[in-house]
Amino acid sequence: MSFNLAILTDNWRELLDGMVLTVLIWVAGTVLGLAIGLMVAVVQLLTNRWIAAPLNVYVAVMRGTPFLIQLFIIYYGGPFFGLDLTPMVAGVAGLALYGGAYFSEIFRAGFVSVPPGQIEAARMMGISRLAIVRHVQLPQMLVIILPALANMTVLLSKETAVLSVITVNELTSVVQSIGSTTFAFAETLLFLALVYWAFLEIVTAAARRLEKRVGRFMLRTQN
Amino acid sequence: MFNTEIIVKSLPMLLQASVWTVVYSLTSVAIGFCIGTLMCAAGLSSSRLGRGVAAFYVSFFRGVPLLVQLLISYYCLPLIGLNVPSSVAAVGTLALCTGAYIAEILRGGFLGIPPGLIEAARMVGLSRAQILTRIEVPMAVRFTLPALVNETTMMVKASSLISVVGVLELTRLAQNIATSTFQPLEIYLTAGAIYFVINAVISSAGTLVEGRFKAETAR
Repeated sequence: MSFNLAILTDNWRELLDGMVLTVLIWVAGTVLGLAIGLMVAVVQLLTNRWIAAPLNVYVAVMRGTPFLIQLFIIYYGGPFFGLDLTPMVAGVAGLALYGGAYFSEIFRAGFVSVPPGQIEAARMMGISRLAIVRHVQLPQMLVIILPALANMTVLLSKETAVLSVITVNELTSVVQSIGSTTFAFAETLLFLALVYWAFLEIVTAAARRLEKRVGRFMLRTQN
Repeated sequence: MFNTEIIVKSLPMLLQASVWTVVYSLTSVAIGFCIGTLMCAAGLSSSRLGRGVAAFYVSFFRGVPLLVQLLISYYCLPLIGLNVPSSVAAVGTLALCTGAYIAEILRGGFLGIPPGLIEAARMVGLSRAQILTRIEVPMAVRFTLPALVNETTMMVKASSLISVVGVLELTRLAQNIATSTFQPLEIYLTAGAIYFVINAVISSAGTLVEGRFKAETAR
């Protein structure tokens, strides 16, 4: 087995583009997913069960089926509903919908973690339900659910690799096409693994630091 | 027009393929459980080498997307002279990946075992391996059952990725039917529903076993 690293340096432009696109997809998917998750959790919290029931179905379906199948349904099944999405849009939408279901569960657990006495007190003072969510529940629960949110964010960054299957030109797809034209699978794929590994270690370390910081803040307010 | 006829027609084939999905994912969870147990024990041992190997293993297999791991095993194993069938390589990769997650799950369970219990077992003269298989693993499994069941459902979902390296299972067959009939929506929705049912069955089986464990402990 020969090991030719020149293949990586020769194609650095494509690889860099792939990396940038992977990060962009990850950020877009995470931000949209967080927005969807928060909205779903708030609606479930504030409305009656007739509105919450379809949202529960959404969460259960997204959590119970493979991400790849969801992508296929959005990308190949979209035209059935007149949704002719580009691979990129379908991929980001899929990532956001998938992440949103998991994020909503995390937010839901967070809402429960704030003592009900505080909410009752705020209600007695005439604060609206939405304002209570914003000013009483969210600031406190975010500290508690931060590790879970960070964990899910890291998981989503790994799911971006799956987007290569619906021909999104992100890092995994770029590396595969370089590999299949040069037959240098070992170099390219090991490089790919190293990049993801390093990226995830960095993101995880950053999340730990953030948790520590926020945790310190929590201790200070309690004392 | 939503074509229900195509669903009825292809359902038997899809159900047959879903058997492979179940076989592949459960096999990999079973193998992964053994790997995870060993790695977890190594990670908690006093040996520096053991801890290092376990930390490296868990970090790598959790830090690299499963799809990339599958691609590596598919393209690179033949390069080092290992010509195994793609299904074997895929199941092996799934097992290694889930093993890393299971090791992390079991860690919590292992740490929850009262140290007095292990000391007592040692005094009675049980060997290290006996303590692991007779005391630590059964207790850790009880402590962490919900997480283990959850990991199993995750693996059922993750097994869809082995379609990418050409292994025939539910997703791969759905792809084949979808491209030959030009009815992707119907086929993929059906496949998704089958995955959903499989996972629902696994989750409820998990809840059932959990209830039994609880009843036993209460007695």
